[in-house]
Amino acid sequence: MNTITYLRHLRIQLALHQLRAGNGRNLLILHGLGDSAARLAPPSPDVWPGPVFALDFTGHGASSVPRGGGYTCEILLADADIALNHLGEATLLGHGLGGYIALMLAGARPEHVMGTVIADGPGITGGSSGPTSARITPPLENPDRRTPDPIALMELTSDIRPPDYANAFARLALQNSTIEDPITVCVRWQIPWLDAVISEPGVLNGIGLDDALKHYA
Amino acid sequence: MMPNRDDTITFEGARRPDRQYIVSTSGIDIAVYEWGAPNSDPLLLAHGGSDFAGTFDVFAPLLAAGGWRVIAWDQRGHGDSGRSDLYGWSADLRDLKAVFDHVGHDPVVAVGHSKGGELLCDFTEAHPARIKKFVNLDGLPSRRPAPDIQDHERTQLRREDITTWLDYRRGLHDYNRRPGTLQEIVERRKKMNPRLSDEWLTYIATIGARKDPEGWRWKVDPAIRFGGFGPSRPYWGLYRMAGFSMPFLGVLGMVPEQMGWGTKPEEVMPWLPRHGRLEVLDETGHFVHIERPHRVAELVLEFLAQ
Repeated sequence: MNTITYLRHLRIQLALHQLRAGNGRNLLILHGLGDSAARLAPPSPDVWPGPVFALDFTGHGASSVPRGGGYTCEILLADADIALNHLGEATLLGHGLGGYIALMLAGARPEHVMGTVIADGPGITGGSSGPTSARITPPLENPDRRTPDPIALMELTSDIRPPDYANAFARLALQNSTIEDPITVCVRWQIPWLDAVISEPGVLNGIGLDDALKHYA
Repeated sequence: MMPNRDDTITFEGARRPDRQYIVSTSGIDIAVYEWGAPNSDPLLLAHGGSDFAGTFDVFAPLLAAGGWRVIAWDQRGHGDSGRSDLYGWSADLRDLKAVFDHVGHDPVVAVGHSKGGELLCDFTEAHPARIKKFVNLDGLPSRRPAPDIQDHERTQLRREDITTWLDYRRGLHDYNRRPGTLQEIVERRKKMNPRLSDEWLTYIATIGARKDPEGWRWKVDPAIRFGGFGPSRPYWGLYRMAGFSMPFLGVLGMVPEQMGWGTKPEEVMPWLPRHGRLEVLDETGHFVHIERPHRVAELVLEFLAQ
């Protein structure tokens, strides 16, 4: 099954896909940069027995495409927050860029996020860990409003992810979550922002993806 | 543009632009305004966050009278420029560059206030050969450590910022700017500009707001909201400034205001570029060019004449 519910984020229509029904906790999957919910296979029921949802971020998949860009990770965080608000509470599985957004949401809404799994995927590294030489991206048109929006790909590959910024979200989740072990990192790449997350006592690391999901199911 | 402007409301020294037109970029219409002779040397003016080019209506004519073709624009979502679906720094920078490209590729003078000054810091580092001289008007945020805040409390502080911003985004599609009488919207702006006269603020409101059957509303897109959070540090602009090779003038207003950074001269001096100088205006708030347009125009024209 794949049914879509559309949610409003300002002038954007966000597509929230239900990939599978089930009994138990909601799983909300956040895709990687340039990817989409419809391309994601839900985990098998023995790994995650509950309902499985996946969100298309702004400018991706079946969500609408904004005029003139302006993408930031904080905007995508608000996308994910609107989906979480619709579901009430959920465990998050984020791939790549979606993993970074999942971490931010875990820190922002710790009472409603029932565990976060950060997994490999496109956009996992981000653009840099600190300030870079100033650069101005060229204007890009996307008159047909195709997804993934090329402006999203351009803007979100140069986002800055300072380790202390990522660490602050991890701390918020650890300090305020209602569950034990609220963050699990299943990424095989060593990246400064993720290292800062893993360095926090209480963050689980080095666990396989299926085991991480079963831990929260 | 400005179909509802009340031309009967005037202010001494204020003059609407001599020319106005649209520069379209990435599907967004940017409203551009010019004062002064079209064949004079160009001087580009960048306004601050939540502001609009009409706040230059006294300052810009003074610069134009000094022999400059003054060009300003409303940033996306501000004034009479188009609203976009998203707002972000990189998009504002692209719009800025589109206006600069429209004016030409020869070096120009650039003047920016607050966020406009910060945007120009980025543009100047990215395209130093295109800036002849740079004036930054109270757009130099400093690194202001708060040693009295413990690390744990600092994180909690950030959480409140995050949830407030996210709650706002959740409800935004139902939100519109509150209508009011002209006097009521003037009172709202007064929170940003507590030192300006009612007469000046009323003039500004007739440009930055529009009247519909329900009353006056500020034009700035409600999706643009102060506060929030993000990974960039405002003081990176100071670090960029340190390497500028062109003549540079910084102006600081010393009276703390809601919209200002509260930067102190001693926080700027270590970062001044080699050909830079700093002017400090006592008894002046963050909006130096709106509050004291004649004094600031005098400083700028004197700097440009050197």
